[in-house]
Amino acid sequence: MPFSAQPPASGDPCVLSASLDNARHLSSLLRAVHFQDHATCFATASGLRVTVEDAKCMQANAFIQAEIFQEFAVQEESVIFRINLSVLLDCLTIFGTSSLPGTSTALRMCYRGYGYPLMLFLEEGGVVTECKINTQEPEELLDFDFCSTKVVNKIILQSEGLREAFAELDMTSEVLQITMSPEKPYFRLSTFGNAGSAHLDYPRDSDLMEAFHCNQTQTNRYKISLLKPSTKALALSCKVSIRTDAQGFLSLQYMIRNEDGQTCFVEYYCCPDENVTEAEL
Amino acid sequence: LSRIGDELYLEPTVTGLSLRAVNSSRSAFASFLFAPLFFQLYEPGGPAPGTERFRCKVHMKSFLGVFRSLPSLEKSVGKCLILLKPRASRLVLQLHCKYGVTKTHNLAFQECEELQAVFDTQRCSSRLCAPARVLAEAVVHFPLTLAEVTLGTGPGGKISLRNYVEDEADPSKTMVTELWLAEDEFQSVAVSPGSCITFCLKEFRGLLTFAEASNLPLTIHFDEPGRPVIFTLDDTVLEVHLVLATLSDLESNSQPPLTNGVSHLPAPSDDFADDLESYMVALETSTCEGGPPSPTFPLRTPQPAQHDPEEEENEEDEEGAVPGTPPHKKFHSLFFGSVLTPGGPGLAPTQQVLAEDSDGEC
Repeated sequence: MPFSAQPPASGDPCVLSASLDNARHLSSLLRAVHFQDHATCFATASGLRVTVEDAKCMQANAFIQAEIFQEFAVQEESVIFRINLSVLLDCLTIFGTSSLPGTSTALRMCYRGYGYPLMLFLEEGGVVTECKINTQEPEELLDFDFCSTKVVNKIILQSEGLREAFAELDMTSEVLQITMSPEKPYFRLSTFGNAGSAHLDYPRDSDLMEAFHCNQTQTNRYKISLLKPSTKALALSCKVSIRTDAQGFLSLQYMIRNEDGQTCFVEYYCCPDENVTEAEL
Repeated sequence: LSRIGDELYLEPTVTGLSLRAVNSSRSAFASFLFAPLFFQLYEPGGPAPGTERFRCKVHMKSFLGVFRSLPSLEKSVGKCLILLKPRASRLVLQLHCKYGVTKTHNLAFQECEELQAVFDTQRCSSRLCAPARVLAEAVVHFPLTLAEVTLGTGPGGKISLRNYVEDEADPSKTMVTELWLAEDEFQSVAVSPGSCITFCLKEFRGLLTFAEASNLPLTIHFDEPGRPVIFTLDDTVLEVHLVLATLSDLESNSQPPLTNGVSHLPAPSDDFADDLESYMVALETSTCEGGPPSPTFPLRTPQPAQHDPEEEENEEDEEGAVPGTPPHKKFHSLFFGSVLTPGGPGLAPTQQVLAEDSDGEC
């Protein structure tokens, strides 16, 4: 049930205020990028973007567009702050994570601006919880500058086909090697672990393949520890698009449908492992 | 097979693909022989003339890792291709899955000596055959932690199963479970009365699980205590043998292994029907018949003392010695005879438990 708006206590109005009937729409997306404790939240009139980074060479973004919220208002051009994502998730799921049909946690979010904590009001079944989470200086974020004009190879796959593969990746391998090619093996995921090497091949005419646009044979390696967290996003998604650019930067975009049928996106960007040269055959 | 050893031995032969394992104390050996008919396509790729058959071993965990999730395998995998590439030293397992997806695993293997136990089911005085279910239901009464069980024949043709209790255990504190199976529960019974043997339950359970799943009757061949017990499963496309050492009831254990082993040596071919029951070439000794050192020490073991068979000759608890196997203080590696050289008996000492030299011998 919609949460009645609580006016902020005397003083400045919120620069960001939002309300959501079902907090799970937000918490499940945030979980898909929760592999580090801290995240940067960036809000504009179009919606909320939560960014998590690792090792200065990997970035994950969760996009929750304004339309998902019942109310979404941003008073300034953009609002940005850094916050502890683990704590945020704990608060959002304070009433528990099991999803019984018919019950949902309603959320109201309020942020007064720089220096103020993020206020969360959560309600379920008449019980109200108020949370205040301290915010921090936002850190500079990586800019992968990955735009569609620079894309060399692009594949869109149904997530179902990749889920098991990612869950079973040989973690004794340091790298995940991705080969994309207009010729065989078309799309190949390889690991090189203690037991030996393993290759997973997806042919271009597979039923799983929704789109196949590979212009050049590229083989790139990425640190497997950086990509493994994307398994969470993969598990939630129905489709994934895999793109690489001329430098071997990898973009994974996951299309996630929530309980109400609305679509959100999660993205992962990763730099190739430096030790390996580009476009090896 | 993974219940027995950490390494999987593969040997493609004309009669089929043989998968074998042995445990570290050499008291358990199992082999699965898949006939060519089991496969859609079977090409053993004969060895070059003059060379031995190709065989290799891989780490059990690596191999099992390929077949990690059985339920999803059944749903998604259409067929599996197994290729041995000697020159690349790789065993290739390729799974062809749904949607045209191919999973290729290249496992590193090591070449190795032949792993073969010496045993002869024909020479066993007793034989029992029962549906796996009967035995599984019997065994379920014993706790999972029980190491050894005693199988015995009793009056009226009944068969008993009893948990084995160490002599040193305090009788007032131990629980003894004994159950009797009537002769008619078995498909066939041909036993010498009053015989009983004690063997390790752990490895047997592994085989039982497989037998139940494949719905095959299990045959138990046994003889005197101290002689190995052989469990077999037979099918048109599969032959399974599990050979376990049994507890010898002699107090002094210096002689039995020798006699058991040596006695096989003199008469090779006559008694043995198929090559699985032929003489075994001891794992380490096929190339080492040259220098028999002291009779109680195995050849080429720069192993630490814990694997020393001398310990077997002491009656003390040596459980710590060989990790992963149940108490073996009175068990002997009985059936790994030494190599078939004319001077056979002289090499009997090598039949002592030879330490699992997992890296050294191959």
